[in-house]
Amino acid sequence: MQLTLWTYEGPPHIGAMRVATAMRGLHYVLHAPQGDTYADLLFTMIERHGARPPVTYTTFQARDLGSDTAEIFKQAVAAAYERFRPQAMIVGASCTAELLQDDPGGLSRALGLPIPVIPLELPAYQKKENWGASETFYRLVRTLAGPRTDAPRIQASCNILGPTSLGFRHRDDLREVRGLLGELGIAVNVVAPLGATPADLGRLGQAAFNVVLYPEVARSAAQWLERTHGQPFVETAPIGVKGTTAFVEAVAALAGVDSAPVLDGEGSRLPWYARSVDSTYLTGKRVFVFGDATHAVAAARVATREIGFSLVGLGTYSREFAREVRAEAESHGIEALVTDDYLAVEAAIAAAQPELVLGTQMERHVAKRLGIPCAVISAPMHVQDVPARHAPQMGFEGANVLFDTFVHPLMMGLEEHLLAMFRDDPEFHDGVAPSHLGGRPREAEAEAEVVVAAASTVTPVVWSIEAERELKKVPFFVRGKARHNTERYARERALPLITVETLYDAKAHFSR
Amino acid sequence: MTALASPLAAPVPCGPEIRHERGQRAVFCGLTGIVWLHRKIQDAFFLVVGSRTCAHLIQSAAGVMIFAEPRFATAIIEERDLAGLADAHEELDRVVRRLLERRPDIRLLFLVGSCPSEVIKLDLGRAAARLSGTFAPDVRVLSYSGSGIETTFTQGEDACLAALVPDLPRGNDDSLLVVGALADVVEDQFARLFADLGIDRVRFLPGRRAADRAPVGPNTRYLLAQPFLADTARALEDRGATRIPAPFPLGAEGTTLWLAAAARAFGIAPSRVVAATEAGRARAGRALQAHRAALAGRRVFFFPDSQLEVPLARFLSREMGAELIEVGTPYLHRSHLAEDLALLPDGTAVTEGQSLDDQLDRCRAARPDLTVCGLGLANPLEAEDLATKWSIELLFTPIQGYEQAGDLAGLFTRPLARRARLEG
Repeated sequence: MQLTLWTYEGPPHIGAMRVATAMRGLHYVLHAPQGDTYADLLFTMIERHGARPPVTYTTFQARDLGSDTAEIFKQAVAAAYERFRPQAMIVGASCTAELLQDDPGGLSRALGLPIPVIPLELPAYQKKENWGASETFYRLVRTLAGPRTDAPRIQASCNILGPTSLGFRHRDDLREVRGLLGELGIAVNVVAPLGATPADLGRLGQAAFNVVLYPEVARSAAQWLERTHGQPFVETAPIGVKGTTAFVEAVAALAGVDSAPVLDGEGSRLPWYARSVDSTYLTGKRVFVFGDATHAVAAARVATREIGFSLVGLGTYSREFAREVRAEAESHGIEALVTDDYLAVEAAIAAAQPELVLGTQMERHVAKRLGIPCAVISAPMHVQDVPARHAPQMGFEGANVLFDTFVHPLMMGLEEHLLAMFRDDPEFHDGVAPSHLGGRPREAEAEAEVVVAAASTVTPVVWSIEAERELKKVPFFVRGKARHNTERYARERALPLITVETLYDAKAHFSR
Repeated sequence: MTALASPLAAPVPCGPEIRHERGQRAVFCGLTGIVWLHRKIQDAFFLVVGSRTCAHLIQSAAGVMIFAEPRFATAIIEERDLAGLADAHEELDRVVRRLLERRPDIRLLFLVGSCPSEVIKLDLGRAAARLSGTFAPDVRVLSYSGSGIETTFTQGEDACLAALVPDLPRGNDDSLLVVGALADVVEDQFARLFADLGIDRVRFLPGRRAADRAPVGPNTRYLLAQPFLADTARALEDRGATRIPAPFPLGAEGTTLWLAAAARAFGIAPSRVVAATEAGRARAGRALQAHRAALAGRRVFFFPDSQLEVPLARFLSREMGAELIEVGTPYLHRSHLAEDLALLPDGTAVTEGQSLDDQLDRCRAARPDLTVCGLGLANPLEAEDLATKWSIELLFTPIQGYEQAGDLAGLFTRPLARRARLEG
């Protein structure tokens, strides 16, 4: 058993729901106990869907267990078909029904419905949400895309694979990517799962190649299409200016078109914003990145190569993509954190002493507790991460959004300098929180220290009263780092007491 | 009756028309009760033994609370736990030990059963007894089931309180026990009202701390503050306590009848009830007056959710003049709700259970002015241009008693007022 308070991913059948809800003309019959319908409100509330997800739950109860849950399941499939008349259905079990050993696939086959009914095997006690989405999409494509034909491919055309419901900014990313492909003169054959029908999946083979926007969802389907239909695929995430440029070059090469219409165009404002002098203070700011693999890797690249931050932490909860994240971390000279335990993430953040955290909802709260600026770059998300405005992460507009997203939580450079100059300014002192912390008086530092203490098992170091007082004069947003560095310096030299001199010796030592 | 009517004609229909329905149900499971119960009992911890689905549900339902170091968690069953049962008990002991080391402030630990733990027949009762032995006297360990196969939404509270009852000390005093988790502010108001009535030995279940254990015995009279406490009531009666029948304290009328029932049981003169409740009734009346115009004649449809639907419908129809199209409830306890049912207009359609798509068909056909439903249905119905009131708020907001009567009405008038503003 695993003691869990917060989970980055839901169970795998939630991933299946994300695919089913993204599509049209598909219905999902889920063998599940009463109560599992809570999942509907992820879609109706977080994404504000104006329709119920296309999911029928059997909602069996204890009194049904003695009798025939299999019969209830069959009735649910038949009733869902009668009522909704979908082009295809997917059927499967949630964690509890998995223990019952009813066979959704066999039971559905016995009904002999005139549509494809695709059984899903989603092992709820081993796998999680993104895996479930990937497996569901793979099964759908495998069943519906049909065998390879000799029919000619549509010239310079591609499918876009991966956008789902409850995907982080998928709606707006798709608009950006469609725009880029349009400017290149590449036709979009099918977008899936988002907005696609089962019939559309039958047309996947007509495209020349595939664009995988979110490997967590679409890599396995794209690999199958490559094997079966001979379609190559592009997996470069068009996130950031460099990522978008690499993406445009890759798809242009596959489509046999000229990339100039896009690459010679307006591009993004990010490069100029990052070069302009008021961004100088961003240089080398320590950033910690955590999220799903695609977004974490992309954010780390944008943060370091395009904005000039230093990466002090990189991690993911996506175990399936640990290899990619480890390789990326290595290229930055750090070790990746692969975990789905938020306490481990919290300890790593506390130990790394970053000045900015880019993460999920959970890291937002951890950062709030530690008093560190933060921006959200990856699912799991809250309702505020599904904004009314156009807010992509991908493409050149996405790069603009990322610049704003990463920089807004930080204080303006000038404000930062003034703080260092006038440390006891009545309006600009420790008691005033950065705006993203709601402007309330800060109590975070004391808690942050507790967390640091809990995270480190090393012996505490004694501070003299004068040194403590001097430390208080260091601006609060770098004070944690100053404390950490000074203690490390003292420990390495086995100093019995930290004095004002120690503080400044350490400052000199570390300001390399 | 016309003059031509035969004296042998069918009797005039009397009371609500109760129907049963079975099919797909869009309701929460009992685990959701943890969201408010863990705030109510301040030194209790709720450990769900379940799957990732259970953890995900509580996370979704608890919303932002998950980040306040809340006193609940899930021990997620993994594949190796499914392989052999003996091992599962050892695993549970390990998890509990780690948990109590981290949270030495905990005095009461609930092991909460879920669908997966019930289906694999993991004996949490035995585990609780064993762990109680290990951690006594610092921590008491109890168990109950909040699984979806056995409990619907608020029935999780019922199961939790029923587990507390055998743990209560014996007492032979003439005492009043008010049963059901209420907001602290509401509890305090009721305590003052009972004192004004002259009922001085009043205790509440659950108490605010694990150590607050009301004595129960043959002279205990209990008054239900919530309509979903069937098992808790049965457990109290097994201890010799007697229920005071009353409608539930929602609205001015409901609160007055509830208090009057307790007063009658304790032999207090009606004049004293009038005197003690006069000020509260007047304030509630003034507060309700402001909302009556917005609700009078409005047609209201309740989807089943919490078992609060019948007393809420009674409040809306009698005190606010609303018209009831259908009152859905996940479960109907005939005797606990007898007083509320008797006050519903004759012929009110009360539906116990649910067949979701059929009920949605009825709702769409009726096009009510206001639909009370869960968050899975609210936005989809709004998108069909039906005004909704999301029902969970009725559990997370203080609504009982005189001082909250206006707030209760406000919960129903706000969506209507909002629509009027946006369309204006």
